[in-house]
Amino acid sequence: MIVRKSGSFAALMAVCAVFLCIAAADGAWLKNVPDADRQRVNPYAGQKDAIAAGNRVFLDKCAKCHGDDGTGRKKKPSLRTDRVQKATDGEILWLLKNGELKHGMPSWSAMPEPMRWQVVTFVKSLGTSFFGELNRGGGSEESGR
Amino acid sequence: MLRFVSLFDRRTCNWVAAALFGLAVLCFSPVRASAQEWPYLVTYSHELEEPGNLEIAFKNVQAAPVNGNSFISSTMELEYGATAWWTTEVYLSGQHTQNDSTIFTGYRWENRFRPLLREHFINPVIYVEYEDINNADKTFLEITGHHSIQDLWVPNDVARQTVERSIETKLILSSNVRGWNFSENFIAEKNLKNEPWEFGYALGASRPLALKARSHNCWLCRENFSAGAELYGGLGDRYSFGWKQTSQYLGPTVAFNIPKGPSIVFSPSFGLNDNSVGVLWRFKVSYEIQQIGSYFRRGQ
Repeated sequence: MIVRKSGSFAALMAVCAVFLCIAAADGAWLKNVPDADRQRVNPYAGQKDAIAAGNRVFLDKCAKCHGDDGTGRKKKPSLRTDRVQKATDGEILWLLKNGELKHGMPSWSAMPEPMRWQVVTFVKSLGTSFFGELNRGGGSEESGR
Repeated sequence: MLRFVSLFDRRTCNWVAAALFGLAVLCFSPVRASAQEWPYLVTYSHELEEPGNLEIAFKNVQAAPVNGNSFISSTMELEYGATAWWTTEVYLSGQHTQNDSTIFTGYRWENRFRPLLREHFINPVIYVEYEDINNADKTFLEITGHHSIQDLWVPNDVARQTVERSIETKLILSSNVRGWNFSENFIAEKNLKNEPWEFGYALGASRPLALKARSHNCWLCRENFSAGAELYGGLGDRYSFGWKQTSQYLGPTVAFNIPKGPSIVFSPSFGLNDNSVGVLWRFKVSYEIQQIGSYFRRGQ
């Protein structure tokens, strides 16, 4: 009887863990973003140099988990999904600053804010044609890629 | 140069050569990796290792204490990000003292936890460490109690006879404000034998030289450097709390984060009172291997 109860408990915990993972992957963090952060304006939005700079930082810090092209690796999420691409720049900046520590996304608060905005600009470019140009070396004369 | 070489005997030179070889291997390793470092050598900020990453670091201290023999101490540090809120670390330490010997001085196992999962103005981190080190240890990873320059005069074969097993705790408070980092560490250490709690502190402030990344690849860009200062020392023990008969140090510090390569931190720490060594020359090389587990999985 005791064995059966502990088995049920383990199954319940497993279901909870799966539910939490799904909730995290479903962008539960978006609900935690304060309105003031959500509405912040990206000073570099759409700037080609900022995208190229953000790409450099992304390749150095983020690509190991999210892939060089942002499509994600294994259980690490893609950044090309509608959820990410439709998130405001302020929301992504908030996530970079705070992380989602429970679910493995570290905080990048040590990265200076202007650099985080550059990463945000790059992440948002993944949903545009500019990312393709950048990869072909035509995005920015200074990109050096 | 000759004067520098004469400070050490041949064995030390071999050790330095081995360290330089290790550095060269790290610099030219094909594994893509990087480490973004605050330029601290004693102070901890609230930044933890990213989950799944392994950082390998060599921390070195060289000094020539008055009335004592010159020494060089080296610590190998293996830091692993277990989760985004928990970092665990192992240290292996040794030292060489001129006209004396080269010895292994012990190990430490450290854990750091972030109790608050979001970023705040002040971010606390709880630090718990188990130490098994002998009294010949000269790593200066932290300073607690009434540590003084006289402790460095004891010959290695005598000092190593006494092994301390202790628990060290730290409250780390840290803030990132407009590109600056301000970190404050309060240290409490207890030898597991019946000895009183000993206290210490470390304070640090630093900033990258540039807050924006450049759009082109470059080694010597300002964004790859950060600079700051550290102040640290002992605060006595439970029965005699305060600065009396403690050693205190202050020094500038600079870090060079080589893109996709190791980070190098250098700092001269200047002793602020007669109990302190004149200058501690500190040097650290660290290298971060991202997602170390992926190298052991099939098909990676």
